[in-house]
Amino acid sequence: MYDVVIIGAGVSGCACARELSRYQLNICVLEKEEDVCCGTSKANSAIVHAGFDAKSGSLMAKLNVEGNQMMEELSRELDFPFQRNGSLVVCLHKEELPNLEELYERGIQNGVKDLRIIGREELIEMEPNISQQAVAALYAPTGGIVCPFGMNLAFAENAAVNGVEFYFYTEVVGFEKQESTWLVKTSQGDFATKYIINAAGVYADQFHNMVSSKKLHITPRRGEYCLLDHAVAEYVKHTIFQLPGKYGKGVLVTPTVHGNILVGPTADDIENREGTNTTQEGLEELTARARQTVKDLPMRQVITSFAGLRAHEDGHEFQIGEAEDAKGFIDCAGIESPGLTAAPAIGKMVAQMIKELSNAKEKTDFIAARKGILDPKTLDQEAHAALIRKQPDYGTIVCRCELVSEGEILDAIRRPLGAKSLDGVKRRTRAGMGRCQAGFCSPRTMELLARECNLPLSEITKSGGSSKLIMGRNKDS
Amino acid sequence: METRELTCIGCPMGCQLKVQIDQGQATEIAGNTCKRGEVYAKKEVTNPTRIVTSTVAVEGGSSAVVSVKTNRDIPKDKIFEIIQEIKEIKVQAPVHIGDTIVSNVAGTGADIVATKEVK
Amino acid sequence: MLNYDIVIVGGGPAGLAAAVSAKENGVDSILVLERDQELGGILNQCIHNGFGLHTFKEELTGPEYAARYIEQLEEAKIEYKLNTMVIDITEDKTVTAMNRADGLFEIQAKAIILAMGCRERSRGALNIPGYRPAGIYSAGTAQRLVNMEGCLPGREVVILGSGDIGLIMARRMTLEGAKVQVVAELLPYSGGLKRNIVQCLDDFGIPLKLSHTVVDIEGKERVSGVTIAKVDQNRKPIPGTDKHYTCDTLLLSCGLIPENELSTSLGVEISPVTAGPLVNESLETNVEGVFACGNVLHVHDLVDFVSQEAKAAGKHAAAYVRGGARHLLFDGEDIPIVAEGGVRYTVPKTIHPQRMEENHTVRFRVGDVYQNCYVSVYLNQERVIHRKRQVIVPGEMEEVVLKQEELKTFPNLSQITVKIE
Repeated sequence: MYDVVIIGAGVSGCACARELSRYQLNICVLEKEEDVCCGTSKANSAIVHAGFDAKSGSLMAKLNVEGNQMMEELSRELDFPFQRNGSLVVCLHKEELPNLEELYERGIQNGVKDLRIIGREELIEMEPNISQQAVAALYAPTGGIVCPFGMNLAFAENAAVNGVEFYFYTEVVGFEKQESTWLVKTSQGDFATKYIINAAGVYADQFHNMVSSKKLHITPRRGEYCLLDHAVAEYVKHTIFQLPGKYGKGVLVTPTVHGNILVGPTADDIENREGTNTTQEGLEELTARARQTVKDLPMRQVITSFAGLRAHEDGHEFQIGEAEDAKGFIDCAGIESPGLTAAPAIGKMVAQMIKELSNAKEKTDFIAARKGILDPKTLDQEAHAALIRKQPDYGTIVCRCELVSEGEILDAIRRPLGAKSLDGVKRRTRAGMGRCQAGFCSPRTMELLARECNLPLSEITKSGGSSKLIMGRNKDS
Repeated sequence: METRELTCIGCPMGCQLKVQIDQGQATEIAGNTCKRGEVYAKKEVTNPTRIVTSTVAVEGGSSAVVSVKTNRDIPKDKIFEIIQEIKEIKVQAPVHIGDTIVSNVAGTGADIVATKEVK
Repeated sequence: MLNYDIVIVGGGPAGLAAAVSAKENGVDSILVLERDQELGGILNQCIHNGFGLHTFKEELTGPEYAARYIEQLEEAKIEYKLNTMVIDITEDKTVTAMNRADGLFEIQAKAIILAMGCRERSRGALNIPGYRPAGIYSAGTAQRLVNMEGCLPGREVVILGSGDIGLIMARRMTLEGAKVQVVAELLPYSGGLKRNIVQCLDDFGIPLKLSHTVVDIEGKERVSGVTIAKVDQNRKPIPGTDKHYTCDTLLLSCGLIPENELSTSLGVEISPVTAGPLVNESLETNVEGVFACGNVLHVHDLVDFVSQEAKAAGKHAAAYVRGGARHLLFDGEDIPIVAEGGVRYTVPKTIHPQRMEENHTVRFRVGDVYQNCYVSVYLNQERVIHRKRQVIVPGEMEEVVLKQEELKTFPNLSQITVKIE
């Protein structure tokens, strides 16, 4: 019998798991995919929003600002990449200046610090590649960027170290309410629990509606993105938004914590909850819109494109709390942008709820700190050399584009909740995320996975399930 | 009498050749712009040949396979027969460049030889 | 800190030939740094034949061609380090590299030869829409898996791009038991050799669809199908021309990009056309004493030309080590070579009449298919070469030979122009 079953190993589910692992509770996370961070959490803008966008007084606004404020300390404690690079909302049309003022006012109301409106000259000084059309911008120094995989993995690994169990390939299919407990029915059998946390992303409404008569509705809203090479890392330094208005919502252009430029997202409401395909129209739209705010954006430097699905709830508000007519079933639903920013605050809020409901006591042996995968590039030359002397695996480069060594890949495979697939390795180490897009390193990484997992090469997958990379041996047919 | 169409491989031009064949011999060649087209067409309709390159499994070596080739060109219609014949072969490491893996493969008179060192 | 006269970055065909040549030209202190576990570079996975006709007057396979140079390197007792990644080069020619045995180490060189080769254009860079399942490989990655690991990356294959690696892989996959359904090419002509189209596609009844591209990739986990459509003159898909193929694999052979990230951080000026360094007649970059050759300089069609070019780079680097900066030794200006009228670029980009060879080969590529045309060379306004050609295609590298005597004696020479007329 579990105290808490969490559905979904995305950033919300893992943030909850990590916060709850402070308490003397028996917890597990159920994930239908092969790894953590496989849905919305892996394909988004990787932005830590300042908090001026969400409607004042909303839960979204509150948790956004709270999450933003927690980020520095958390990124140190859990060792994931975060950078406060500042955001700019660029106004391109004089007649829209009042909208910019409005955004500023909302930010102030939401409690966003250090906000100010800057004129064209200051803007151009800050971002020389900004569009000639720009008239002014809202500057939010508290805006930031984060590695979404890094944060999600950090929560998960730390939760696992503190006793949370993770079950992969475990798809929830239904619930059975028993007296004071729940039976969670899955593809891998039943899980009995006192509390359920529904952090199932684009599927959260389906699970909610199985137990509650007060219906939720979530639309998968597809966002397409393009990622640009390190070669143009300095093209913009801040996260550049376009002021939403009658000319459309615009797309953002932002540096990433790993020195790429990210452009996106589009917004298309679709029906398919697995519809993470990119489209010709979407990719063309991205280019056109991004060039409205950033001049001559070097789209020839695109190294990959991808799409993610936001879990858009009809009322555009986070739905966090116990379902009225289903005691012990706690929703963590409708977590779309700024969900990544809010995740630390969401975790805290949900943990607080469970604590109050269950009267759980805090552990005395909770381990708060987690060490991420060592990136030798962050070391000085002497320390780097010493590392290779001690552990020669760090001397063999596997991914030449991102300079990822064998040592890092082995760490990614061997650590708690280690990588089992090429994509798993990629999210943890960036091997294969560079300009050749795994052309050179995938055969090597596959060999390492096969060796470490004691599997034949033919069983190694790109992303679990039937995503096999090798279909057979030469002349075997 | 039969007519065959070929693409000349003599140069990037890739002339489309029309070849009249009578009793296995090219009697008339059209579409070529130089002498090379004629030579190619004659050979290609009477006795088309190819070098076959492939891999053979290796046991106990630094690599799972070794690359191989036929040591001279073989009739084009023997390609798959040769592949069938080397399919089940496993050689023991080490293998050296030029080692004969199969003699007189598929009765062509050509040998399958290794093209790479495997330690 | 280690010290060598010449450090060569890359132990593929270019690095090997450059090393052997530098040694022949009197430099003994040479170090080749190779990131893979063996010398030979991409030749090791090119197990088909057709290499070496110019260099060795016989048809060799890739590994055999590499072995000939490796033998020469061993005989000349040239030092090399395998599994060694160069991570930085500074303008004063300090090379930082790493491997398991030596850890992180620095080498002070007097001259450097860049021979890092190229990479394949990826699906992401091509912006092909659709899902991102397993089963999408660049042709070279598939080539490595099949030819070196003995693994079959797929059974039902569609190939996008008719570059030579794509064509070669169509045959290789077929021989190893896969079914190659179609090769689609965005352009109205193939970038591959005619011989490869006939012997890799026609021999096996594999259709080549020109002016076609992939417009959708299906399959959430593994590729389950791709859709191909015809494109118009602007290379945009034409609605209604879609054709769906059920397959488990998509191979991409859509161009090669020189790997110049190290060169760029070193301050080497890069040509926007070739994506390789801009070099003078000595194959020297704008950074004095730093030379480039092979596919890192510009993408070649035949390895024999890589070897020739690398041989020249090795010779010039050796001369630099022995004699110091060449610009101090000769008066006069570098003369720019201008590429015009269909000629996309030339290597070298400048030529110095004193320093050049007696007969100096200038290589170039064209941007389109030209029939019944002339390759012309102008010294200032005067046409000195006017050679009739039946056909010139973008897939094949072309050359013209400039005569030193002519350049030296030409009055007030300020520009050389190479064009198609």
